[in-house]
Amino acid sequence: MQIDLRNVSITPLRQTYNHIADYLGADKAASRYVEATMGVQGTTNFHYRPNWDPEREMFDERRTAIKMKDWYVLKDPRQYYYGSYTQARARMQETAEADFDFVESRGLADSYDDSARRAALDFYIPLRHVAWGGNLNNGYQSAYGYGTAITQASLYASMDQLGVAQYLTRLGLLMGNESELEAGKHAWMNAPAWQPLRKYVEDSFVVKDWFENFVAQNMALDGLLFRLAYKEVDKHLNERAGPTVSMLTRFPAEWFPRPASGSMPWSRPPPPRVPRTRCCSKSGTRTGWRVRRKRSRPWRNWRWARKPARPSPACAPSSMPAWLRRAWRSERPSPTPFPGDRQNDPSTQRVHRAAAQ
Amino acid sequence: MTQVPNVFIALQRNEETRPIVDAILADNPGALHDEQPAMVKINVPGRLVVRRSTIEQEIGREFDLQELHVNLITLTGHIDESDDEFVLSWVH
Repeated sequence: MQIDLRNVSITPLRQTYNHIADYLGADKAASRYVEATMGVQGTTNFHYRPNWDPEREMFDERRTAIKMKDWYVLKDPRQYYYGSYTQARARMQETAEADFDFVESRGLADSYDDSARRAALDFYIPLRHVAWGGNLNNGYQSAYGYGTAITQASLYASMDQLGVAQYLTRLGLLMGNESELEAGKHAWMNAPAWQPLRKYVEDSFVVKDWFENFVAQNMALDGLLFRLAYKEVDKHLNERAGPTVSMLTRFPAEWFPRPASGSMPWSRPPPPRVPRTRCCSKSGTRTGWRVRRKRSRPWRNWRWARKPARPSPACAPSSMPAWLRRAWRSERPSPTPFPGDRQNDPSTQRVHRAAAQ
Repeated sequence: MTQVPNVFIALQRNEETRPIVDAILADNPGALHDEQPAMVKINVPGRLVVRRSTIEQEIGREFDLQELHVNLITLTGHIDESDDEFVLSWVH
């Protein structure tokens, strides 16, 4: 009996769903994010208007003053849909847990400077109430907002703010004890220094327009607060007492995107390309030791090194032997390793041989 | 007339490599896209560049070019790699 194995290529009839293809303008393979986001917002066939807002539909564009032709242009640059979001957060959480373990197992919290500990607790513990406010506001946006592109990002941000609040709580429990949380709540409710911020957070709870709420929470408040709390204050504490608290606030510090737009490496235009000269270039590639060694002293192992792309005579270092420098300049390996050695020089040998004959 | 020899890179065809393939096709104008069962092969005459910045634009997060190796099947050409670029060519 003979069995033939054969490769059969089965090409799918369609690359993606029709509504995604309409959106992309062609039937081409789409990312999971695009497939899980575009056209997911419910738009028609709502049966009843909600009792709590009988003027409008269940999902209604009119709950904000913002008008959009297409709500799906508010795409998430991180491309978070459920799968990629949970994976990314699982990774962050793993790191954060490892940091907490590290601080705990080495007793870093106990050996932390006491005045710095007081400052850290007084500052970071009340912030858990701010983070809880962020949780609530982002939840509001995802509930009453319109367009899956932005409402799903709001929901993730809502969960993230809860995570921030929880990590701040654990910071309090690790650096102090339960009474610190009570004291933090008391300061949040009563200490004059916190009242303007508390007023802002509580005022934001009654902002009805969900997009206004989005701007107030995620751009105005977080835009200022995260940079202050997890960069400026963090730096100050680091200088005073070392990086223990930085490790414990790693999650919020890494969660909040770097401030100015265009500061993300992928939103920056690529740097202008500098033509690479292979000789004498100290700043070649940074990958591995082999490549670097090749580049930094190419004449040492010139047989294996790449030939210089366009060497200028000035590039031949003075430490190079004269015969190799000539070869280097002419972009050819020297025909004779030792031009002075007439015995071994094929060009002169031929002359000798002719003379002998 | 001497023909420029091809270099190619073959990647598994899955959700992770799709943006990488798109980035390679965007960065290499002469690229030939050859889809095979469970594999994507990209042939380019002369020189093939995989650019980190383009992949990052496609996937919306930071990318380490070493992640390429997870889904890499095979390739031809001499490799010149840096943090920003992975270049295949026959140039010494």
